[in-house]
Amino acid sequence: MSSFRALVRRDLTLAVREGGAIGTALGFFLLVVALMPLGLGPDLNLLARIASGILWIALLLSALLSLGRIFESDHEDGALDVMATGSLPLELVAAAKATAHWITTGIPLALLAPMLGLLLNLDGAAYPALVATMLAGTPAVSFIGAIGAALTLNARRGGLLLALVVLPLYIPTLIFGISAVSAATLKTGAFESSFLILIALSLGSLVLGPLAAAAALRIQMQ
Amino acid sequence: MAQTQLNVALYCHSRTAPRVPNSVQLIAENLIIERGGRIIVNGVTFTANAGEVVLLTGANGAGKTTLLRALAGFLPIIAGAIRVLPESGDTPRAEHIHAIGHANAVKAHLTVRENVAFWADFLGPADGSEARTDQALAAFALRDLEEFPASYLSAGQRRRVGLARLLAAPRPIWLLDEPTVSLDAASTAQLADAIDAHTKAGGLAIAATHLPLGLQNTRELRLERKGGTA
Repeated sequence: MSSFRALVRRDLTLAVREGGAIGTALGFFLLVVALMPLGLGPDLNLLARIASGILWIALLLSALLSLGRIFESDHEDGALDVMATGSLPLELVAAAKATAHWITTGIPLALLAPMLGLLLNLDGAAYPALVATMLAGTPAVSFIGAIGAALTLNARRGGLLLALVVLPLYIPTLIFGISAVSAATLKTGAFESSFLILIALSLGSLVLGPLAAAAALRIQMQ
Repeated sequence: MAQTQLNVALYCHSRTAPRVPNSVQLIAENLIIERGGRIIVNGVTFTANAGEVVLLTGANGAGKTTLLRALAGFLPIIAGAIRVLPESGDTPRAEHIHAIGHANAVKAHLTVRENVAFWADFLGPADGSEARTDQALAAFALRDLEEFPASYLSAGQRRRVGLARLLAAPRPIWLLDEPTVSLDAASTAQLADAIDAHTKAGGLAIAATHLPLGLQNTRELRLERKGGTA
């Protein structure tokens, strides 16, 4: 596993040194959520009711901003070719890079979400559920996103195409993420089932995402 | 896909990196490779033996890069076969190979040392990666630069960081695509020394280059634009 660890460590170092990606995602998340009350008006009950939906959609859009970078720079500077000659299968290369993306994007966004919940008058009781669902759901965002990032690697203006490819695949995560948070807010008791399905979606994408991404990478590298 | 799953399953056991065997051979038989619907390499056959440097020559567009990328396993071949001897069970061909392409695979935001150390960790066995990094940096005269971020390096210095990968992990077959691009005379000599030491230790190298490297035991393989060897 030393190659896997080395790759994750390198990607984390690069994310910190390059700086831009994490800050951009967090700033975008903040702005989208801050714009909502301005657009919808100061109806606190309305905001509280739709807060979970707004936070989840804003999180997906923010994560989307940095997805394109998962493979892009390594493809441009030839590092991906070299990685293909390593003993680490390309599937695990994709998994390592998606893991690094989750750590640098998914976790910071999930931790910022409670602060943005304040802007939307989200019920205080829902905050633990909000962070828990986002931490459990964001691996799916990174690992499904890796498929889209690999598919659009050679496309010009790949960013827009990436959004079109990936956003529909996020629908299940979105539905169960929102329903878990809503259940915690409204205390309907359906939290546990939604949360478990959300975890199942993440675990499924953990396995299938790298396989699909590696298959796409093999085509893109030719 | 079955192959892929097998690789994943075998991963834990196949971690022992390939050492340089004494009698490595790279055999290409009747290779036909196409790019964008055009046959670029047509019926190339050659054997590269341990201790040998094969110089791949030919005009621009003759298929040198295409051939090297196919040998590395990046491009599919239409017909023919590429074999690495001795056969070593479940180790894929790519794991015997260092492929130096036009791009350097150097990260601008990592220091010189971090760049080389990453490839030593990633491509080589876990133990001794520190020592191999030191050795690779020294061989390409990068010790003075090792704490510099790669973004401050000149093109030639970056090329040397890319080439240092060759020594950061032991691999018997070196595929070098225009390795001397942007190198000055001293650096070219360092590269020639590294190739020389590599072949003397039983490795082999295939280099596409327009410059004479001043190496012994070389053989020329000339590619014609139509494809095929002369």
